[in-house]
Amino acid sequence: MTDQEPRPRPRLGVFKFASCDGCQLTLLDCEDELLPLADEVEIRHFLEASGAVAPGPYDLSLVEGSITTPEDARRIRQVRADSRHLVTIGACATAGGVQALRNFADVEEFTRTVYATPEYISTLATSTPVSAHVPVDFELRGCPIDRGQLLEVVTAYLSGRRPDIPDHSVCFACKRRGTVCVTVAHGTPCLGPVTHAGCGAICPAFGRGCYGCFGPARSTNLPAYIPVLRRDGMDERDVTRFLRTYNAAAFEEPSVRESRP
Amino acid sequence: MTHRETRVLRVGALSRVEGEGALHVRIRGGEVAEARLEIYEPPRFFEAFLRGRGHTEPPDITSRVCGICPVAYQMSACRAIEDACGVEVGGPLADLRRLLYCGEWIESQTLHVHLLHAPDFLGGDSAVDLARTHRPQVERGLRLKQAGNLLMEVLGGRAIHPVNVRVGGFHRVPARAELRPLRERLLRARDDAREAVRWVAGFDFPDAAVDADLLALAEPGAYAIGSGTPAVLAAGAAAPPRSFAVRDFGRHVVEQQVPHSTALQSRLDGRRHLTGSLARYAISGHLMSPLAREAAGEAGIAAPGDGGEVCRNPFRSIVVRALEVLYAADEAVRLIDAYEPPDRPSADVPARAGTGHGATEAPRGLLYHRYTLDGDGTVADAVLVPPTAQNQGAIEDDLRRLVQDELRRGGPDPDTEALTRLCERAIRNHDPCISCSAHFLRLDVEHG
Repeated sequence: MTDQEPRPRPRLGVFKFASCDGCQLTLLDCEDELLPLADEVEIRHFLEASGAVAPGPYDLSLVEGSITTPEDARRIRQVRADSRHLVTIGACATAGGVQALRNFADVEEFTRTVYATPEYISTLATSTPVSAHVPVDFELRGCPIDRGQLLEVVTAYLSGRRPDIPDHSVCFACKRRGTVCVTVAHGTPCLGPVTHAGCGAICPAFGRGCYGCFGPARSTNLPAYIPVLRRDGMDERDVTRFLRTYNAAAFEEPSVRESRP
Repeated sequence: MTHRETRVLRVGALSRVEGEGALHVRIRGGEVAEARLEIYEPPRFFEAFLRGRGHTEPPDITSRVCGICPVAYQMSACRAIEDACGVEVGGPLADLRRLLYCGEWIESQTLHVHLLHAPDFLGGDSAVDLARTHRPQVERGLRLKQAGNLLMEVLGGRAIHPVNVRVGGFHRVPARAELRPLRERLLRARDDAREAVRWVAGFDFPDAAVDADLLALAEPGAYAIGSGTPAVLAAGAAAPPRSFAVRDFGRHVVEQQVPHSTALQSRLDGRRHLTGSLARYAISGHLMSPLAREAAGEAGIAAPGDGGEVCRNPFRSIVVRALEVLYAADEAVRLIDAYEPPDRPSADVPARAGTGHGATEAPRGLLYHRYTLDGDGTVADAVLVPPTAQNQGAIEDDLRRLVQDELRRGGPDPDTEALTRLCERAIRNHDPCISCSAHFLRLDVEHG
């Protein structure tokens, strides 16, 4: 290498599947870090931000969104093949997202509900996480993801270490923040005890119960917690609605999925 | 190549737009035979899975339609559910909602002006490229965006999918002192926004005009954001616009399926219409604050009510968006100065059977929600009509017109690459939010 040649920078790709764009927007919401980051990495694929698209391989690919069509099931395999590290960002890519509510229903009925001519449809019956299709190196939780955690993940992979993302419950974050427990003090139904930390325990700080948008924490005992929700006034239908929203069935799975090595 | 041949301009994956779309223009014998904005964003079925949910849930659930304008979804959902339940939320709670909405306008419009749209005028593929030649301006844009995000974080808990909004108002309202640091940031943002208007007003704007009818909410004495009555300024017509009640939205704006889009396209009383910044400004621009109107005059884009002409040039929408950022920053400061905490963070909204309608001005235009509730509040039916689905037809018309004009001007064989870039600009002028528009289904598309 001569002095004139710039140091090769790690190559970053950002890919979107079925999603709201909010998790990749989180990268653009790093207003203080965006331009310095762009000096450190070569952004080769990020359609929301740039018209310049360069082929893989990518050292780090951030994947937003769930897999809901046959074409996307093919495309995610290509992204995996092109990527040294693949990190899912957000509840859609990690757990199927709010659109995975279709998994509990009859998709044909759904298509008739929203479409006048359902025979055009080409969609899978399910909305599935990326890990159901290809190996994933790390899953970043949240609907949406937290900006600080995103920076930690990107920094970690750029420096060749594992991200330092705690997998304990939101309760820890409430204690750290000094928020009075909304369940204990006010009897407000709250999923904090079974939900993965990372948001900074925002909801209880605003006087509402956690609604589980980061999915389940590493080790939880949901069956033991449901009677508490019932005590605080939720009937069976309320509990089901509460658990099945942004992370679909993730709370009800027998074992909490761990990120793969 | 001779001008008799057919050629196809195609961009398979549009960049610097939110969501997944493509464009397809077919030219035959020097004439545009077909111009399509293809929306292939996968379906997400929101209207279907809202059925069976509780009446308190749509604000949080529908915010997930769009990470770029979640507050718009929350606000239209709240208004529709409150309408169904016969509750009107006014006074300081309505002001706080407007303040939160200002944060989203500042963030979202700044994102488009500085990061997505400006490179079209100045060159480069992205804001990162642009920062090499225009670093202070890009940094100013990021600072502005951050101020909008900060407003949403203080009031809503976070900038994307805020947690503090509920049917009836908020979970928690801030004390006056909590808004003070925010006010300082917004004063800086107001100065930045004023500079940004000057900056974008100096760009080169090709001649162009959209001929669609313009649709926006209108409200006496205010630049409508979170409330108002739909008003229509027909192409070629002078003010005042005609208007109709929000509850009649579905009778006037009719959605229909087209075979190249997972979004449903709309017609307003049978005609193509455009909603968003150009429409809002044409109808209510004279109701912006004195500061914003002064900046508009300086920028040569005074509102029709202030002696200007209706701006129908889609390239100049960047100036209108910059003006809306300035207005939103100014309005946010005014709302903070006037703020008195309400007695309660939310009004009671007991469930009842009925149908409710809600419309607010998302950054990209009028966003309509309708819900039918059972007696216990269970959602029996839901309809969401996002701005980009309404705009798709007008955007395609605009695309066709721009390419046709270019063919006339540049002769029958203009450079394909330059023409394709112009097509991309034609789409980006309208800031389509494709994630929003395609909450429906995927279609199998036949590519010509």
